[in-house]
Amino acid sequence: MSDTFQLDGATVPFEPGQTVMQAALAAGHYIPHLCYHPEFKPHGSCKLCTVKVNGRTTASCTMPAEANLNVESNIEEMNALRRTLVQMLFAEGNHFCPSCEKSGNCMLQALGYDLEVHATGFRHLYPDRPLDASHPDILLDFNRCILCELCVRASSEVDGKNVFALAGRGITKHLIVNAESGLLKDTNIALSDKAMQVCPVGVILPKRVGFSQPVGVRRYDQRPISAQALDDAPRQTDASGNCEACEGSS
Amino acid sequence: MLPDNDMRFNASGQVWLDKLVVQHASDASRLLQILLQVQERFGYIPHQAISRLAEKLTIPLARIESVASFYSFLHLQPHGEYRVLFSDNITDRMLGSQALMDQMCQLLWLQPGRVSEDGLVSIGPTSCTGMCDQGPALLVNGRAITCLTHQRVQEIAQLIRNRTPLADWPADFFRVEDNIRRGGLLLDNKLSPGAVLHAAVALGGDAIVEQVKASGLRGRGGAGFPTGMKWEACRKAAGKERYVVCNADEGEPGTFKDRVLLTQQADLVFEGMTLCALAVGARKGFLYLRGEYRYLLEPLQAVLQRRRKDNLLGNKILGKSGFDFDIDIHLGSGAYICGEESALIESLEGKRGVPRSRPPFPVTHGYMQQPTAVDNVETFCQAALALHMGADKYRAVGTEKSSGSKLISVSGDCPRPGIYEYPFGVSVREVLQDCGAVNTRAVQISGPSGVCVPESEFGRKLGFEDLPTAGAFMVFDDSRDMFEVARNYVHFFAHESCGFCTPCRVGTSMLKQTMDKIADGHGTQYDLKEIENLDRVLQTSSHCGLGRTACNPVLHTLKHFRPAYENRLKSLMFSPAFDLDGSLARARQMTGRDDAGAHLKEME
Repeated sequence: MSDTFQLDGATVPFEPGQTVMQAALAAGHYIPHLCYHPEFKPHGSCKLCTVKVNGRTTASCTMPAEANLNVESNIEEMNALRRTLVQMLFAEGNHFCPSCEKSGNCMLQALGYDLEVHATGFRHLYPDRPLDASHPDILLDFNRCILCELCVRASSEVDGKNVFALAGRGITKHLIVNAESGLLKDTNIALSDKAMQVCPVGVILPKRVGFSQPVGVRRYDQRPISAQALDDAPRQTDASGNCEACEGSS
Repeated sequence: MLPDNDMRFNASGQVWLDKLVVQHASDASRLLQILLQVQERFGYIPHQAISRLAEKLTIPLARIESVASFYSFLHLQPHGEYRVLFSDNITDRMLGSQALMDQMCQLLWLQPGRVSEDGLVSIGPTSCTGMCDQGPALLVNGRAITCLTHQRVQEIAQLIRNRTPLADWPADFFRVEDNIRRGGLLLDNKLSPGAVLHAAVALGGDAIVEQVKASGLRGRGGAGFPTGMKWEACRKAAGKERYVVCNADEGEPGTFKDRVLLTQQADLVFEGMTLCALAVGARKGFLYLRGEYRYLLEPLQAVLQRRRKDNLLGNKILGKSGFDFDIDIHLGSGAYICGEESALIESLEGKRGVPRSRPPFPVTHGYMQQPTAVDNVETFCQAALALHMGADKYRAVGTEKSSGSKLISVSGDCPRPGIYEYPFGVSVREVLQDCGAVNTRAVQISGPSGVCVPESEFGRKLGFEDLPTAGAFMVFDDSRDMFEVARNYVHFFAHESCGFCTPCRVGTSMLKQTMDKIADGHGTQYDLKEIENLDRVLQTSSHCGLGRTACNPVLHTLKHFRPAYENRLKSLMFSPAFDLDGSLARARQMTGRDDAGAHLKEME
């Protein structure tokens, strides 16, 4: 008999060592998130998964589950916060959904629709972020980077390559690649890398497969991101090591 | 030959670098310290040096770039033979620092933030350098210069133009005064080195912890966690090694008491650290010194060396077998966030100074994931004093919940800025009287992340019961515009955000944008609402204290000095942030024009 905590009135069981997010997803309860990925150690940077635990706000992906916690997630106060965070991410980068290859498969866009973010809210920063098209098979469009570090983590923890890293500080923080030239072509990245699959937005794209799946029938075109909680949540990998919910594995 | 740096990375540079790596035992956790030395030699970090380091330390290139680009005193591109950084705290500004920076830029023909065409010099602002009692101040190639005047700026410009090596600049420029205005049990102590340790060795670890607990000592870095409890938790935590870390990353604008303690009471600081080592069972300690206090490194190392010779550090300290402890000094490099204890530990490990997720806390999982006691410079001094005086006698000083004394760093509008030591419980008004302040409008207690106290609340008392403080006490008289004070602090937080979490990374920039919009005369009621919204997001969802307190200056000044904001607002409900005339600034600059005809007429 495992311990339980309360999440928006539902009783959620958990195993020792699980975080609130892990236990909730395993039990089929959705908490919005971006930088969290079940295959990696949570680090809690996007803050989309912020919940109220016994009245105090905290990131649910890093909060260790404890017996009898009272967790509030799907309440207007938290959803309003998430809307602002999504607006911030849109204003920070250069996100032009209509022309983006990831439209319909993008978690940031899907969260925007699902949380009903109707306006951009902030004055956009329009950062200057040149593309890296140097690699024969892979395009990097830094304009869309939300600094979730999933590619950094995937490349070092799974691929054992350290292709990506974050540089700079504060609002100037940005993604870099591990090459003296600073170009992707001079790294040892491969199309089969885990780092190719984990980008929740449209930064890391394989070349020559653009729009192979038409807009309108893509992942989040069919059902909102919250409704896919049960499919997405555990996001188990298949026999070949591909994560079902990750891009590039379908 | 260049005056201070050899900006070329040639064969001899490589030999030097290889030796440096060996000196650091090819240990990647020493990366930041290695990079600092590379920067000191070359004036920047040449990319050949990065490649060589990656090879020698067997770490990815990108990781080195990632670390180097986090710290604002490290440069990946040549940044001038002379790198001049004007301290940009509000107290420096109040003493005219902006005009002085403009003057120097004019004299040397360049724009702030840029490197001169000939690669000679760069000039820019930096966060508070901890010289608020003798500002305006600047750093040149990391060395502090105080008491700037137009005369002194002219002389400095001349020295730079003549490429005079820093070593040949007038010593007077680099003089840093202690400005101790009021002593107390800490500043007036006459303890000889080792006196406290002699008594402590007889007591043993458990008894020391009990004494410190009984003294009621609480951390002097601002948060006020009971020191004895921290030491006890560290002593009891499971681990292979234990560590003692002294937080001398005194970055909170307006605070400079640790600078004075490290100058005047270095022995007591190290005595407190060694005491802590005995209490928790640590064999290794670190003092993390902020880069702005680089000039203190050699004197501090000399003190450490003397203490080793006197058997107050090293093996079998004071003859007690098993009592082995030594201290290493690590330098920071222009990152306020490293004052947060878990970010400081990351930085000690040679990484980007990003705060960790807590729990677990450093007392159980600190440096190298081992139990670590991190305390402020002043806390270590106070702990040594408390043990020397005895818990009861120490507890008799101060108030019930805030025992002992506190050093206050007074700056701003008063004739006697400097360090004041008081027993806890002193009122804001008493401090103002002692420093001679008149017509005071407000006092910023404990820096931008602290509290803005208006005149009506000058009866409030410094202490954990009422106004907890890390020591900053910035005075503003009735000629000051509190909106500009808050705007300066907002810019500070935006510059210092580590960028890890969304709300702080983006939110502090948005807050800055909104404050600038109001300052430019485009603000409306809508923007005040926007500020309130941002405040809520920062407070509720930021990863660490920086983001959670970044809105304090705005919240407090809005509460007490709302007219300072409202007087600037347009009556409209909304005005776009996009400034049409402002967008032509670049065209004006390129054409060298700034006459009326080069500006759009204000549309009404």
